[in-house]
Amino acid sequence: MTQTLPPVIRIEDVSKSFTLHNQGSAVIPVMQGATFDVMPGECVALTGNSGAGKSTLMRMIYGNYLSESGHIWVGDTDVANAEPREIIALRRATLGYVSQFLRVVPRVPTIEVVAEPLLTVGVDRETAFAKARDLLSRLNIPETLWGLSPTTFSGGEQQRVNIARGFAHEYPAMLLDEPTASLDATNRETVLSLIEEAKARGAAIIGIFHDALARERVADREIDVSAFTPAKAA
Amino acid sequence: MTTQPLLSVKDIRKTYGGRIGCTDVSFDLYPGEVMGIVGESGSGKSTLLNCMAGHLPPDSGQVLFDTRDRGMVDTLTMSEPERRMLSRTDWAFVHQHARDGLRMGVSAGGNVGERLMAVGARHYGNIRSQAIDWLGRVEINEDRVDDKPSAFSGGMQQRLQIARNLVTGPRLVFMDEPTGGLDVSVQARLLDLLRGLVREMGLSAIIVTHDLAVVRLLADRLMVMKSGHVVEHGLTDQVLDDPQHAYTQLLVSSVLQV
Repeated sequence: MTQTLPPVIRIEDVSKSFTLHNQGSAVIPVMQGATFDVMPGECVALTGNSGAGKSTLMRMIYGNYLSESGHIWVGDTDVANAEPREIIALRRATLGYVSQFLRVVPRVPTIEVVAEPLLTVGVDRETAFAKARDLLSRLNIPETLWGLSPTTFSGGEQQRVNIARGFAHEYPAMLLDEPTASLDATNRETVLSLIEEAKARGAAIIGIFHDALARERVADREIDVSAFTPAKAA
Repeated sequence: MTTQPLLSVKDIRKTYGGRIGCTDVSFDLYPGEVMGIVGESGSGKSTLLNCMAGHLPPDSGQVLFDTRDRGMVDTLTMSEPERRMLSRTDWAFVHQHARDGLRMGVSAGGNVGERLMAVGARHYGNIRSQAIDWLGRVEINEDRVDDKPSAFSGGMQQRLQIARNLVTGPRLVFMDEPTGGLDVSVQARLLDLLRGLVREMGLSAIIVTHDLAVVRLLADRLMVMKSGHVVEHGLTDQVLDDPQHAYTQLLVSSVLQV
């Protein structure tokens, strides 16, 4: 059934290097010839040793790292060549990213942090907050904390708030950076169910999972990014 | 994406004698976008902001604004009354020092009401109730409406300045170091407030600051200036996470965790 649909994410011959101007202008090539597709409802796990470029590739797809050449299609937007405002629009409605760190304006209550992605796509407050409450309960964030800013929460709680925020809006494409790291068994199970539900509604997902069991359960395919690591310069 | 820009800045150049204030600055700002301008002191960011806002005449260039009645018009060649009307209605300017943007001898309610009267409001009861509504939105208690700003703390003065500026529902807000000089908890409160207002009112804003954490949280796009030139320009988190220019790399690596 999915064969007739086009891929949600299409990565074509993407490369990148870092130029460190303040360290003797050293040029470090980090990615070359990265090419793959992700179909609707499919979850692709990026694998490879630490430093192989998993996070780099993920940031290039999200647009906070520049690509040197190639194309990164997410829906109809080529992130590798798009204007900032096109990427902003893409992130608002189409492309979600659950990073390992929660970055929020201090003082904003947890419930609003989670509801915000829905409010920015124009969902009414009542619906947005109902969804936020539902996600926070599923992720076992005690109701007494919902009115407080997550900046004072423990690491694990912050991560769950981050996940709730990431799954509030139903993005057609999602990037997940270690979504189950440092979670206990119950919450890990909830996160895996959230990923399965997202796949079932047709989301295309790219994830980094060091948790091998989680990876086996949700990922349909693995892509070893060391295949895209440029040969060490002589 | 075919929307027309709200503001289109073309080749702005300003010199002070032989010294460059800013030069070769061009960009488009779209409705609802927030752009940050960062750079060290003397990099030309405030000169640029003042040229755009009509406070300083640039040597050359254009500042085109999508006016409600005539479409794109160069605000630098506009008649003086027309420009004054624009700066009271569709434009707002938030100064770093609240006292530069407030009338210190007039009550808080009067400061907010004055801008409404400048655009033709005459009914005292309506003006007062709108002023109180706006003081509430910037978290100033109704019982302070008759106090003068000189009796307010720095953070309250800054919030009052924001209320005074936003009461007429502007479409573009220029901000010069809006959180500068405030202590961290007050800054956080102001950031939260600004973000909410930007989202609810669909404002576009240009924010000059040297605080990278502020732009990370508030700005969609970022422009980095050095010695009067724009050295880098892009999506805020891209410029901060993957800076391309030597100066930006130095700037980003000089800060503790942004």
